[in-house]
Amino acid sequence: MHEMSLTEGVLRVLEEQAVAQSFSRVKILWLEIGELSTVDPEALQFCFEAIRVGTLAEDARMEIIRIPGQALCMDCGKQVHLSERYASCPECGGEKLQVSGGDEMRIKELEVE
Amino acid sequence: MCTVCGCGSQTDQQADHHHHDHGHDHPHAHGHHHDHDDGHHHDHDHGHTHTHDHDHDHVREEGADLHFGHGPAGAHVPGLSQARMVKIEQDILGYNNGYAARNRAAFAEAGILALNLVSSPGSGKTTLLCRTVSDVKSRYPVAVIEGDQQTSNDADRIRATGAPALQVNTGKGCHLDAHMIGRAAEKLGVPEDSTLFIENVGNLVCPAGFDLGEAAKVVILSVTEGEDKPLKYPDMFAAAEVMLLNKVDLLPYLTFDVERCISFARKINPEIAVLKVSATTGEGLEEWYRWIDGKRQVVLANRVAALEAKLADVRNQLAAK
Repeated sequence: MHEMSLTEGVLRVLEEQAVAQSFSRVKILWLEIGELSTVDPEALQFCFEAIRVGTLAEDARMEIIRIPGQALCMDCGKQVHLSERYASCPECGGEKLQVSGGDEMRIKELEVE
Repeated sequence: MCTVCGCGSQTDQQADHHHHDHGHDHPHAHGHHHDHDDGHHHDHDHGHTHTHDHDHDHVREEGADLHFGHGPAGAHVPGLSQARMVKIEQDILGYNNGYAARNRAAFAEAGILALNLVSSPGSGKTTLLCRTVSDVKSRYPVAVIEGDQQTSNDADRIRATGAPALQVNTGKGCHLDAHMIGRAAEKLGVPEDSTLFIENVGNLVCPAGFDLGEAAKVVILSVTEGEDKPLKYPDMFAAAEVMLLNKVDLLPYLTFDVERCISFARKINPEIAVLKVSATTGEGLEEWYRWIDGKRQVVLANRVAALEAKLADVRNQLAAK
């Protein structure tokens, strides 16, 4: 259940930003969650709904933007799409893949008032 | 129980880790780093859909606003109650990563090699650690931070070897985080130029995402587990620098295919080092200790360089009178 800690991290950023950027209520928040990140978007949604009660994000909608996984194939040298860490290179079938993107977990922007 | 992270109540032996009350100063600087690296890959792919969504939502939300307040140019005081967009671009783990960076700097400054040991429950992690601590503690100072949900059994086992150990109980938590480690290291008083072993909560999932400020993650997999665990729990094997294949003394009684397991681990992480060990018979442990020595050399070399720079600076001040 580390999604709970992550969701708490999201809320903390919202509270800091509310002070820094003068808003009192979050209406929508957009998160970027990479396909190869260590978080399950559905669990994140679930945790968010559980902890947002009584906060500035009480009525907020969480929108998750999935970022596709990317890797550099060390066999064929191509940048390829990777949806699972254990997948082989879709171009050459090579197994030596270095993940180059899609492992992020970021708060991108908010609609606030 | 803490209602946010689920951590349990504290006793004085446990490191306090209430996330809520502490420092608001770190996450900012951190979040920004990532943007630069990632910006190029992603923004392009996603710009369209994202903007698209926004436009739609905006129209709808603005529609609602118009309905009540006659729009941005109407009765509302501008900027007071109108919906607006705020760019954030911050890493969700920024808070943890801020503490991890602070730990890493403190460890480097004190010449401490910190290793984060991760595995499933029952991999023999604590037995391996007790044996390691007993074998190396005459060669250099060691300290241990033990993470479990409950009990101080593991820290007691380590203390029985004569090494300082501190138990961190996470209560309901599934992983150690960098803030807990900062507090624990401070409380334990980790000696300078020592090796600090952090035994994470037995869990191959969550600890993968939480940087503690360690020099390396060490994943322990025992041959009594499935040889395809690297494929089943790829995040952990991707994050680790070395895999210790433990309990190899039991191989004659099992059908565990060592080479297959190693190939799975390398498929996830082509760079991962693999050491075959047995904490019971001692097989392969010298190689493990050499691996630690290699890491220690790097930490100590950096420490010497930092101290020499400091010394040169003080000498210059003295010469300048």
